[in-house]
Amino acid sequence: MSENLGAAVKEICRAHGHDRTRLMDIVRAVQEQFGCVSGEAMELIAKAVSVHRVEVDSVVSFYAFLSDRPKGKVVIRVCDDIINRMHGADRVAQAFADELGIEVGQTTPDGTITLEYTPCIGMCDQAPAALVNDVVVTDLHRTTARQIVQELRRHLDPRRLVRKLGDGNNAHELVQAMVVNNIRKPGPVIFSPVNRGEAIKKALAMSPVEVIRAVKTSRLRGRGGAGFPTGMKWEFTRGAPGTKRCVICNADEGEPGTFKDRVILTERPDRVFAGMTIAGYAIGADEGILYLRGEYAYLRAFLEDVLQKRRDENLLGNKICGKEDFNFDIRIQMGAGAYICGEETALISSCEGLRGDPKNRPPFPAQKGYLEHPTVVNNVETLGCVTKILEDGPATFNEYGSEGSSGTKLLSISGDCRSPGVFEVPFGITLNEVLRLAGAGDAYAVQVGGPSGQMVSRDEFGRSICYDDLATGGSLMVFGLDRNVLEIADAFLDFFIEESCGYCTPCRVGNVLLKERLGKILAGKGEPSDLKYLQELGETVKLMSRCGLGQTSANPILTTLKNFRSVYDALVKEATDGLQPSFDIHAAMSESEKITGRKSVHFLA
Amino acid sequence: MSATIDFIIDDKEIQGRPGQTILEAAQQNGIYIPRLCYREGLVPHGSCRICTVLVNGRPQSACTQPIAPGMIVENDTEKMNGLRRNIIDMLFVEGNHFCMFCEKSGNCELQALAYRLGITAPKYPYMFPKRDVDATHPDIFIDRNRCILCGRCVRASRDVDGKHIFEFVGRGPHKRVEVNAEANLADTDISMTDEAVEACPVGALLKKRVGYAVPIGQRLYDHKPIGSDIESGVAPASSR
Amino acid sequence: MAKPKIATTSLAGCFGCHMSLLDIDDRILKLIELVDFDKSPIDDIKEFTGRCTVGLIEGGCANEENVKVLQDFRRHCDILISVGDCAINGGIPALRNTIPIKECLEEAYLNGPTVHNPSGKIPGDPEIPLMLDRVYPCHEVVKIDYHLPGCPPPADTIWEALVALLSDKPIELPYELVKYD
Ligand SMILES: Cc1cc2nc3c(=O)[nH]c(=O)nc-3n(C[C@H](O)[C@H](O)[C@H](O)COP(=O)(O)O)c2cc1C
Ligand code: SF4
Ligand code: SF4
Ligand code: FES
Repeated sequence: MSENLGAAVKEICRAHGHDRTRLMDIVRAVQEQFGCVSGEAMELIAKAVSVHRVEVDSVVSFYAFLSDRPKGKVVIRVCDDIINRMHGADRVAQAFADELGIEVGQTTPDGTITLEYTPCIGMCDQAPAALVNDVVVTDLHRTTARQIVQELRRHLDPRRLVRKLGDGNNAHELVQAMVVNNIRKPGPVIFSPVNRGEAIKKALAMSPVEVIRAVKTSRLRGRGGAGFPTGMKWEFTRGAPGTKRCVICNADEGEPGTFKDRVILTERPDRVFAGMTIAGYAIGADEGILYLRGEYAYLRAFLEDVLQKRRDENLLGNKICGKEDFNFDIRIQMGAGAYICGEETALISSCEGLRGDPKNRPPFPAQKGYLEHPTVVNNVETLGCVTKILEDGPATFNEYGSEGSSGTKLLSISGDCRSPGVFEVPFGITLNEVLRLAGAGDAYAVQVGGPSGQMVSRDEFGRSICYDDLATGGSLMVFGLDRNVLEIADAFLDFFIEESCGYCTPCRVGNVLLKERLGKILAGKGEPSDLKYLQELGETVKLMSRCGLGQTSANPILTTLKNFRSVYDALVKEATDGLQPSFDIHAAMSESEKITGRKSVHFLA
Repeated sequence: MSATIDFIIDDKEIQGRPGQTILEAAQQNGIYIPRLCYREGLVPHGSCRICTVLVNGRPQSACTQPIAPGMIVENDTEKMNGLRRNIIDMLFVEGNHFCMFCEKSGNCELQALAYRLGITAPKYPYMFPKRDVDATHPDIFIDRNRCILCGRCVRASRDVDGKHIFEFVGRGPHKRVEVNAEANLADTDISMTDEAVEACPVGALLKKRVGYAVPIGQRLYDHKPIGSDIESGVAPASSR
Repeated sequence: MAKPKIATTSLAGCFGCHMSLLDIDDRILKLIELVDFDKSPIDDIKEFTGRCTVGLIEGGCANEENVKVLQDFRRHCDILISVGDCAINGGIPALRNTIPIKECLEEAYLNGPTVHNPSGKIPGDPEIPLMLDRVYPCHEVVKIDYHLPGCPPPADTIWEALVALLSDKPIELPYELVKYD
C-alpha cells in the first residue's frame, strides 16, 4: 500500500506539474484513489510540490470532502439542509443508518460504506436527496434508502443506482443523472436557445472597450448575491496594472436553497462559457476558470466535453474565431465541500491551492486576484446574461425587468409549495406573484436569499424582487403555517457554524454563541433580556466580521427578531426568583447519581 | 503622489503617509487603536477584528485598511469599544484562560485589552473546550487552551524565521494551530531564538523555565493600560 | 436604623478570597461600624438570620451543596457579588471541566497514586455532596450583580466595591484594582 501510495502520489504530482497552486487537484486525486489523504500522503505531496507538510494538512483539513482518515469506498452524504429535513431527510438518514448497522458519521466495519450528513447539495426541488460518491440520488424515502444500501452491498458502484434518467441533458451520456431540471418558467434571457458562437462573434467585431460599454449600457448587475454592476467590475479589472488577467465563473452555488446555476450548467453551458470568453476578451484575459462545487462533480465530464467542442470549433483556444491576439481557454477547478468558497476571495484562495480562507481587501480581485493577476469573478447566471446582451444588444436586455434592475432573474423555489423548481422572472415581480407561480399562495414565511438573506413574513409579500427591495441571489424557501421560524433559524445557524472558515473571531465564536442562546429560548428557558442579548450579539457578528459570511450569518436571528418578534415574545418569560432558568441541576447531577448510585439529598427530582 | 494624506480620527485631523494603514497612521499620531493579531513587522492578518473602526460609517479593520484623503474614522467611541469588548469576551469564553496560573499574566495582550476596556467578567457563557498541550520540546511549549488563533506565530515563523513551523488546520470552530511535523513540536526545527516564540500575544506559545520571572507589580500592564506608550508618544512608531 | 447586613460564603474556592477580605487590615474595624455580618465563615453564623444587603460569593459551583448555598444566598441578598476568578469562571477547580466526571471520580477514589480505598468503590455517602458534571461559574446558576475578578482580588478592590455599594455609589474601580491574577 505504502509503496503504492508513493508511486501514485508521485504520478499525480507530476501530472500537475509539481505546481503547488494545483494542490486542490492533487489532494482531490489522492483522496479519490486512496479514500483519504493520510499523514504519509501529506508528507509525500509536500516533498513533491515543495511545500511544508503542515500546509498540505491545512488544505486537507479545510474541505469537508477531504479527509486524513480513511473513509468507505462509497460515501453516502445525506443533504440535511432545512428543506430536505422538512421532506424527511432525517428519516432517510436513519433508514440508511439502520440498514448499514452504523450511525451517521460512521463507516461500516468492513470499511466499505461511510454515512454522513452534508449541507445543501443544490437539490431542494427534489428533496430529500443525497450524494453517493459523485452520484446524486433524489426524492428519497425510507424504502429507497434501504434498497440503495442493499444494492451497494452487492456492487459498490454508485453509478448503477441510477435507473431512471432525468430530463434534458441530465440524460446526456456524460451525465446520466436522475436529477430533473424542474424548469417551471423559462424566460427570454437565460433559457432562450443559444446559437453557439453568435455572441462571441458579435463581441469580437467590437473593441474590448465597446464590449464593456455594451455591458454597462445593459445595466447588468451581478446575480450571485452582491449585485455589483458587471460592466464596472470589468472596467476596473481591465484598467488594473498587470501582465496577465483571469476570468472566474463562480459555480460554487452553496447558498442553501439555490439550485438555478445547476440547471443553467446542465441546459445552457454554452451560454456560460461564451459569457466567460466575452469577459476574457473585454478585460484582456487569457485564462478562465470555472469553479465548480464538489457537489456538482456529476456534471464535470459533460462540461469538459462542452469545453472540448468549443475548442474544436475555435470558440476557445488560440486566435479565437480568427481574432489575432485573442487567446483564451477555460479549465474547471473542482471544489471540495466548502460554502465559504463561494465568496470570491475564498474562491480565489481555493483556486490557488490554499485553504478556502477569504483574503483581506484591498486589494480587490479586480486589482490583484488569482495569483495576483487582475481577476473578474462572476456568477454563472451573470455570465449567461452577458451572452444574451451580446446576442440581442443591451437595449433588448433593458426591456426586461424594472427601473433599477434590468433583465430577468432565476429563482430557485423550494419548500412548502406545489411546484418547486427554477423560474426565470422579470425583476420587479412581487413575492406574491412568485408564490402564486410556485403554488404557494398560502405561505406563512419565505426565506429570501437563503440563510444569509432574510425571513419575510406574510405582511411583506407585496414587496418586489429586485436590487432596491428584496435582493436575492435566487434562493426562495417557502414555509407553511405549521413551521416554526425559530427552529429554521436554528438550523441556519448550524449551517453557518460549520461553514465559517474560522479566520475571524466574531464569526467563528459569535455564531456558536447565537445558537446557544436561541437554543435556550427554544427550550422554554429564555427571558426577555435574552432577546436583547441576541440582538446585540447578532449586531456584533454582523458589524465586526471580516467577510460576507459573518456579515450575514446573524441574519436568521436579526431578521426573525424583526419580522417574527411575537414568536420570540411568546417563548420568553421573566424569571423573578433570581435563579438562572437555563441551569438544570438535575442534568448537572445525573452522571454523578449514576456513578454513586444515590440520589441528591438537596434537590429532589 | 502627494507626500501626506489628511484624514480624521474621532474629530482629530491627522496626517499620514501614502501606503500606511489606518492603524499605522493613527499610531504615528499618538492614537492607539486596539489590536491583537497585528504585530509590527508581520503582514497584517485582519483576523481578530479588535481594530475595527468605522470608516465613513462602514466597519473596516484598521490594521489592513489603507488611509485615504478625507476619510472619517471613528475609533475611541462608546459604540466601537462596546463591540471590541464583545470580541474580547468571545476570545475569553472560546478558550480556557486561567490567568491565575498563566506565565504570561501581566504581560498578556488579551488580558491587557480586557483591563483597558474595563471587563470584569465576560457576558457570554464559557465553552470549556478540550484542547491539547504540546510540551514535547525541551525548551518551548504550546498550550492550545490559551491560543486565540491570531496567526502571529504562523506569520513570524513563515516570514521572519523562514521555517513555516505553524499553520492553521480545520475550519470554523474546529480551527486550531498545528505544527509542521507528524505530531509534536519536538519534531520541528523550532528554536528558542525564533521570532515565532516572541510573537505570541498570549500564553499559548512560551519558553520553558522562564515563566513568572518578573514579579507582580513590574509586569508590562500592571500599572498602565496597554496602548499608553503610544498615547503618551513614548512609542511613536512601534508598540507590541 | 439597623446597619445593613453582609453575608459571605466560600463555595468551590480555597478561602483565598476571604483571606483577601481580611487583608483590608484595620479597615475591618470601619467595616464593622458600617455593617453587620450575617451568615459567613467569618462569624461562623451557619444560617441566614434575615435579609442581607450584600452577599459575597467566593468559588464556583462544583457540587449540589454549592448550588444550594448559592441559591440560598440569592434568595436572601439584595446584591450578589462574585468575588474572585473561581466564582467568575470556575477557576482552578474548573480545570476538570474538560474531563468526564467519571474519570475525575475514579482518579480521586480509585486510581490516584495516594488513594487508599479498600472498598474499591466510589463512595455514595449522602454526607459527600454529589459532584456536578462540571464546575459552573456562579452567574450561570443564579443572577449575579457584580464581578470582582482576581485570584484573589486585592483587598483594596473588595474594600472599594463594598464602600461604594454601601454608600449607594456606582462601583468605579481604578485600573490597578481590576486584575485577573
Ligand atoms: C459566504 C458567501 C458565499 C457566496 N457564494 C456564492 C456562490 O455560491 N455563487 C456566487 O455566484 N456568488 C457567491 N457569493 C458572492 C461572491 O462573493 C461574488 O460576489 C459573486 O460571485 C460575484 O459575481 P456577480 O457579480 O456576477 O454576482 C458568495 C458570497 C459570500 C460572502
Ligand atoms: S466572517 Fe466567517 S467566513 Fe468570513 S473570514 Fe470571518 S470567520 Fe471566515
Ligand atoms: S499560538 Fe499564540 S501566536 Fe500562535 S495563533 Fe495561537 S495565540 Fe496566536
Ligand atoms: S489587529 Fe486588526 S484584525 Fe486583528
